[in-house]
Amino acid sequence: MYGNDVIDPNVPLNAAETAAYDEAAAHVEGRAVGEASAEGFDALIAADQRIEPRDAMPDKYRETLIRQIAQHAHSEIIGMQPEGNWITRAPSLRRKAILIAKVQDEAGHGLYLYSAAETLGVDRAELLDRLHDGKQKYSSIFNYPTLTWADNGAIGWLVDGAAIMNQVPLCRCSYGPYARAMIRVCKEESFHQRQGFEILWTLMRGTEAQRAMAQDAANRWWWPALAMFGPPDTGEAAKGGGHTEQSMAWGIKRFANDDLRQKFVDMMVPQADKLGIVLPDPDLRWNEERGHYDFGDIDWGEFWRVLRGDGPCNAERIEHRRSAHAEGAWVREAATAYAAKQASRRQESAA
Amino acid sequence: MSSDVSPVNSTNAPAESEESLPGAAENGPSGELPEAAYLLGLADDAMVYAQRLSEWMTNAPQIEEDMALGNIALDLLGQARALYPYIGSIDGTGRGEDDYAMLRDERDWRNVHLVEQERGDFADEMARLLWFSAYQVELHTALTGSSDDVVAGVAGKALKEVRYHLDHASLWVVRLGDGTEESHRRMQAALERVLPHLAELFDDDEASVTAAGLGVGVLPSSLHDAVVGRVRRVTDEATLTLPEASSWRSRGGRAGIHSRPMGYLLAEMQHIARSHPGATW
Ligand SMILES: [Fe+2]
Ligand SMILES: [Fe+2]
Repeated sequence: MYGNDVIDPNVPLNAAETAAYDEAAAHVEGRAVGEASAEGFDALIAADQRIEPRDAMPDKYRETLIRQIAQHAHSEIIGMQPEGNWITRAPSLRRKAILIAKVQDEAGHGLYLYSAAETLGVDRAELLDRLHDGKQKYSSIFNYPTLTWADNGAIGWLVDGAAIMNQVPLCRCSYGPYARAMIRVCKEESFHQRQGFEILWTLMRGTEAQRAMAQDAANRWWWPALAMFGPPDTGEAAKGGGHTEQSMAWGIKRFANDDLRQKFVDMMVPQADKLGIVLPDPDLRWNEERGHYDFGDIDWGEFWRVLRGDGPCNAERIEHRRSAHAEGAWVREAATAYAAKQASRRQESAA
Repeated sequence: MSSDVSPVNSTNAPAESEESLPGAAENGPSGELPEAAYLLGLADDAMVYAQRLSEWMTNAPQIEEDMALGNIALDLLGQARALYPYIGSIDGTGRGEDDYAMLRDERDWRNVHLVEQERGDFADEMARLLWFSAYQVELHTALTGSSDDVVAGVAGKALKEVRYHLDHASLWVVRLGDGTEESHRRMQAALERVLPHLAELFDDDEASVTAAGLGVGVLPSSLHDAVVGRVRRVTDEATLTLPEASSWRSRGGRAGIHSRPMGYLLAEMQHIARSHPGATW
């Protein structure tokens, strides 16, 4: 059916490779950063201008952003674990190198995002404490396990793919530092999604065991990836969702969850066909009238259960972070003590 | 401490260490060209240490360090990947990087014991990285003058990387040594623990003697004093004491005689590749 058996680098595989990204990235260069605007917050928002750290902003806006950016940063950091789990076992040196680089990128994303959050008057150590204490969340997708090598493919293809779909609109977020972080992050996520697709592509053209491994991983990650867009914006399942309307008005959120989810499904179905993977949804079919794919119901009961802490890896992910942090405490203390000694030595020698 | 006293047990004589390993000379990975065997030692050191360092990702004391240790692992992995196919071309087997990394048994690996040791605490890693990167700085400086253009090229690129690794390790050893009471104690203990595994780096085995004779390689013993000098400058600044000698030293890595952790490292690293013979990834 698909004559050419190669991955065409010119065909967009994710939202960061579409015009939507280019437009969002072009849009962000607004006014000069660094000085407070003479215009008020509402006027800036109405004019679709960026809010910068020194601008006046409502407390609620600040809080909402801190929560969202911190949660996003935590997701990058916790998100290192599922794939980090495979670095020592990667089946080839090329795959090992790509995986190390990817996990490193996620750490970098976490750091940009913590810095963006810090422009709002919180600090990283405090945010990490909130993560470790369970007071702030991270994306629930990372509470699922990585059972086989193919999971690294499925995560790149679907999880990074869904993350990009969510993040491209954030490149136009009203808060400047967050928007700029997203522009940089989306570019790297795009590589992540491609390498995931390529892992699955190779597996699907490999041995029977490899094809089965790829299909199994797609079966397990497809539904959790769809849930990454959050609960529906309307109807029964929307209850408990929350901040959509206000975030829309403030230019933090640009699209409804359901719209992004639909875009994602529309983009992924042809890719699954190309891979030769059957997506685990008997209701998935093209709807000529809507011009979109119809798809089955997401199990929101499972979504809320995992979000509340009762998923396969919630306890493990947090425990891993906590113990790495606790074991490193003496190192961070030493670095602080050394820096203080150096500062006082400099003072003495200057005196 | 006089500067000509080696802090590593310098029983460098190759005959002595080989003799204590019955059969190693005949049955080990040699039988290959000495030049290939020599380069395999360098590649395996880099490969195995990359594997160990990559274990730190998600386990480091701070996120910057997850990234930095990942970066160093990537550099070392790149050094191994540059050497393996070249070794395959000169040893006549035509093997590629994954044949070397994924399909060799423990007895065919030529790395020193230092790099295969299990990950200890952060001070242990910084002690190992300090020594290994100081060794690699001297090694690659010398190898940039190799008569083999490929080796000289790999060394030239690696030299830039390992200088950064040495800076990174030095920075941390100084911070830990001159940080808190606890970090000083831990860093000093780590320097003691790493000691028995250093002498191997400077052993002149048959392969390295031949490779050095051909101008391809460098005699490991010739790097010793400069490496110790580099490390001592750092430990001095860190208010640490470079330990004098240990009661035992590791032997045999270059002849394929490894310590207990090596088999487990290989089991983990090779498991998926070996479970699917002939598959591509
Ligand atoms: Fe990321
Ligand atoms: Fe990513």
